[in-house]
Amino acid sequence: MKTQAVTANLLVDGRVAFLTWEGDWSEKVEDSHVVTSNEEAEWLLDSAQRAVSAQVVIDPYLIEVSDSNGSAWPLSRREQIRAAGPTGTIDTAPDGLTAGLKQVA
Amino acid sequence: MYRYDAYDTQLVGERVTQFRDQVRRRLDGSLSEDEFRPLRLLNGLYLQLHAYMLRVAIPYGTLSSEQMRMLAHIARRYDKGYGHFTTRQNIQFNWTRLEDAPDILADLAKVEMHAIQTSGNTIRNTTADPFAGVAAEEIEDPRIYCEIIRQWSTLHPEFSFLPRKFKIAVTGAREDRAAVRVHDIGLAIRRDNSGEVGFEVMVGGGQGRTPMIAKTIREFLPKDQLLSYLEAILRVYNLAGRRDNKYKARIKILVHELGAETFHEQVEAEWAQLRDAGPNLQAVEIARIAAFFDPPRYEEVDSASYQAKLFQDRTFADWVRTNVAPHKQDGYAIVSISLKPEGEAPGDATAAQMEAVADFAERYSLQEIRVTHEQNLVLPHVRQPDLYALWQGLRDQELATANIGLISDIIACPGLDYCGLATTRSIPVAQRISRLFANLDRQHDIGELRLKISGCINACGHHHVGHIGILGVDRKGEEYYQITLGGRADENAAIGKIIGPAFSSANIVDAVETLVTVYLERRRDHERFVDTYERVGQTPFKEALYGSR
Repeated sequence: MKTQAVTANLLVDGRVAFLTWEGDWSEKVEDSHVVTSNEEAEWLLDSAQRAVSAQVVIDPYLIEVSDSNGSAWPLSRREQIRAAGPTGTIDTAPDGLTAGLKQVA
Repeated sequence: MYRYDAYDTQLVGERVTQFRDQVRRRLDGSLSEDEFRPLRLLNGLYLQLHAYMLRVAIPYGTLSSEQMRMLAHIARRYDKGYGHFTTRQNIQFNWTRLEDAPDILADLAKVEMHAIQTSGNTIRNTTADPFAGVAAEEIEDPRIYCEIIRQWSTLHPEFSFLPRKFKIAVTGAREDRAAVRVHDIGLAIRRDNSGEVGFEVMVGGGQGRTPMIAKTIREFLPKDQLLSYLEAILRVYNLAGRRDNKYKARIKILVHELGAETFHEQVEAEWAQLRDAGPNLQAVEIARIAAFFDPPRYEEVDSASYQAKLFQDRTFADWVRTNVAPHKQDGYAIVSISLKPEGEAPGDATAAQMEAVADFAERYSLQEIRVTHEQNLVLPHVRQPDLYALWQGLRDQELATANIGLISDIIACPGLDYCGLATTRSIPVAQRISRLFANLDRQHDIGELRLKISGCINACGHHHVGHIGILGVDRKGEEYYQITLGGRADENAAIGKIIGPAFSSANIVDAVETLVTVYLERRRDHERFVDTYERVGQTPFKEALYGSR
């Protein structure tokens, strides 16, 4: 069973956002509404689609996350970078990156 | 420099108005994302990993100081205070907002700039030798023809929906600083036996997942027939290029599958139909455009103080050795400004640095700046007696790294830190290599070594033509890096060969160190890395990396 959350980009500024428990969008991945069943994931994606229709976000999709200590963190490197920002540029790598990311950064 | 006429001004102004309305309709829901996406891409606005990225065209890499100031303003006001100069001589802003995009385009239009045709399956910004107009050995200034191509190709109705994007590069010098042989069309200005000036026409070069060196399909094309010949090439491609598979849609695949000879015959047949009626260039029109690129009035210069400084200040002399090139005018110099300081992202410049470069251009370079495809900047008209003061000013802005052409002058694509297509990161690898070779004395001892890094097979970091190329590959979620050796983007262009299995991200930098060590042990006299590699072959490098298995 996968632990998943929904991410998208905000229409107005393109910033990365995550669907929250309250049904809003947050730029913090730890605010994500996390689900563990396929039915819940479909429901979550449906509710994200309503935000597409309302011109709030673009292209929502499900991502796999870990949910230790009640705080979501993406499993894939791409989604980790989306959540935390560039790893080695003028924006310095923030805390919370995985060991694999820190090794290169 | 070229200045907009009434047509340019109207065209760019109308595009800003159109896009402002399109953005308004997107934000109020009148346009869906599917409807809007192609419209924003027509204006260079991509959605990348973290935000909207705006790619701004810098025609043939030439900027005025006024334009550079506007880029700094955009970086500061609409972005996070920096911009990224690209391998296509353009600039990208990584953190723009959709609602600001029309205002950014309006600001760009004030200084005769835009983002038209920086995306999509169109003819993109034509690139040129960054030393155009000032290189000592140049036949003619390629920017004249780049500007003519720009005017011909902008919103060209027949070529607005090509099978894939299309890139043209032009050089006027024998030494190729524009990588013309890895473009869809490369044009090299040549003189024939009678002394007439025209073009060698090369077609079908490119990188990506199927790298190819362009084939010469015409040794000499009279320059007045440039546009009709380009039109013939584009027509053959537009009709016969594949549209069923985007990975096989570039013209290089068509040239390869037909064979250069057959492709040439088809182009010549098409050209025979339109060469008389086609858009050929009148001498008066070439002269009109050429006048915009007339050489400035150079002064008589006494270079004695410059020569003295070279003996007095070794650090300055080291910078001159790598970052200063001969100018066609006695007493002047071409200055390359490195955007590769130790440990920084290649090609990035802060707003403050852009403003400083604009200041230096006004004070020392007749208001003119160039962007190189190697992600550096150039001041093309610096009086030799001004070099020392310029160098001191650049040092204050962290822009005086003496590493042009050396191992830390790395081309790197944005990679997975920014790009929606990338599978691995390239900037952090470049930063680690830059730190490993931070000792400039060592870099100068190693000599010219072109190292290029791409974060995926699309090869935006030009790894195929690096003396050392590094390609990031994703293996089950882990970043690995494959090394190619022997690539070159110069007049002897070549595609590098894969040396062996990829290295983990932890080991890739040590592998580069190993390659450099093998080179230093085996080089003769003044051989560059690539010369030694071509002489000794892969074996010693491979054995050092993998053992003699």
